[in-house]
Amino acid sequence: MTDAPTPQLSLRGLTRVYGEGPTRVDALTDIDLDVAPGELVAVMGPSGSGKTTLLNLAGGLDTPTRGSVLVDGDALEALTARQRAALRRRRIGYVFQDFNLIPSLTAAENVSLPLELDGLPPREARPLTTAALDDVGLSDRADRFPEQLSGGQRQRVAIARALVGPRRLILADEPTGALDSTTGEDVVALLRDRVDQGAAGLLVTHDSRYAAWADRTVFLRDGRVATSTGGRLGLEALITADTEGGV
Amino acid sequence: MSVRQGFLALLSHGPKHGYQLRAEFEARSGGTWPLNIGQAYTTLGRLERDGLIASVHDDDPEAPERYALTDAGRTEVESWWNSPVKRGAPARDELALKLALAVTTPGVDVRAVVDAQRAETLRGLQDYTRLKRSGRGREATEEDPNADLAWDLVLDALVFSAQAEMQWLDHVESRLARASRTRGGASAPAATRAPEAARRPEASR
Repeated sequence: MTDAPTPQLSLRGLTRVYGEGPTRVDALTDIDLDVAPGELVAVMGPSGSGKTTLLNLAGGLDTPTRGSVLVDGDALEALTARQRAALRRRRIGYVFQDFNLIPSLTAAENVSLPLELDGLPPREARPLTTAALDDVGLSDRADRFPEQLSGGQRQRVAIARALVGPRRLILADEPTGALDSTTGEDVVALLRDRVDQGAAGLLVTHDSRYAAWADRTVFLRDGRVATSTGGRLGLEALITADTEGGV
Repeated sequence: MSVRQGFLALLSHGPKHGYQLRAEFEARSGGTWPLNIGQAYTTLGRLERDGLIASVHDDDPEAPERYALTDAGRTEVESWWNSPVKRGAPARDELALKLALAVTTPGVDVRAVVDAQRAETLRGLQDYTRLKRSGRGREATEEDPNADLAWDLVLDALVFSAQAEMQWLDHVESRLARASRTRGGASAPAATRAPEAARRPEASR
């Protein structure tokens, strides 16, 4: 064993082909990607480049034609459908552009839903739910229904739900798509904060301003990785508010 | 904008001495417009000569000389706030020129040029964003309550312009794709490295 932590998510040679013959579409071809705990990776690319396919495969919502998806070291393709569903509930959280909250449930009930689906008694689910809402700064909105919350607050609830209890992998598909610029930035900042606290995040976005919050960005084109960026240029050193040279 | 206008604006808050003006000017520009103290005093000398500022007399003879706006100076600042920043001939855009040359030069893989630039621009954007996140800006003080906001806005301007460049690169890529489709894909430089998935049924329609 090396010292490197097990990636929360590993994609190996991930390939997805839809259809056959003349209608065949290579949605994703040979994607290798690791996302470690504490790491946020952005996925960009034009529409139809395979971003959502990648996210769906990573979350076990779709099955690869070839290749492997490992969540915390467990290969999804080696699991039965039932096991895969259980792993999805326990370890993977989704955040969507349109929030996907259940309108008839309060914020707290929405957040505790995956725990209850997993068979956790309410007595055990409650403190986890409270903690998750607290982490996104919404303790005081626990009893509100989605329609009583702003767009930004709804997305915060969705992030709390995605990371409630033992879940440590968050897959976000255009989470800022329905939000104005300032609120969108708040949501990405929150996502960043949750990742800094130890979650692993995959963020699909078409907006580079949000992708810039990630540690790395992968650009897809026609189902393949066109470019991948990490590291820094060091522009921070060139601009500073501190003119006396301290800090 | 000139250093002159910047100093006049800063002096609207009240009298300041040269070092103070220089520090505040640099802080407002996020360090993107460094001044040496000689420049600062030359500017002050000219403003005084033109009657827009005047030195104020402090009780403490050891204190550095401070300057205040005159009525003419206040009028000057007022008219500066009220006139837009002029948009003259566009500044030379190295990237736009490079792409313009790339699309007209045979054998250049324009997509690779776009990809490399995109990676670079995004890295810059990540740097600015990290700087924003670090909150390493100026703290608001009683004397300068909007210092943190001013700093955030300077950073946001850098972020937005990098974002615009990214959008333009996306636009370049989609224009290239369209051009290669309408020309049947063979002659366009963009098609040199296109993977087979780009030749999907809808692409050749």
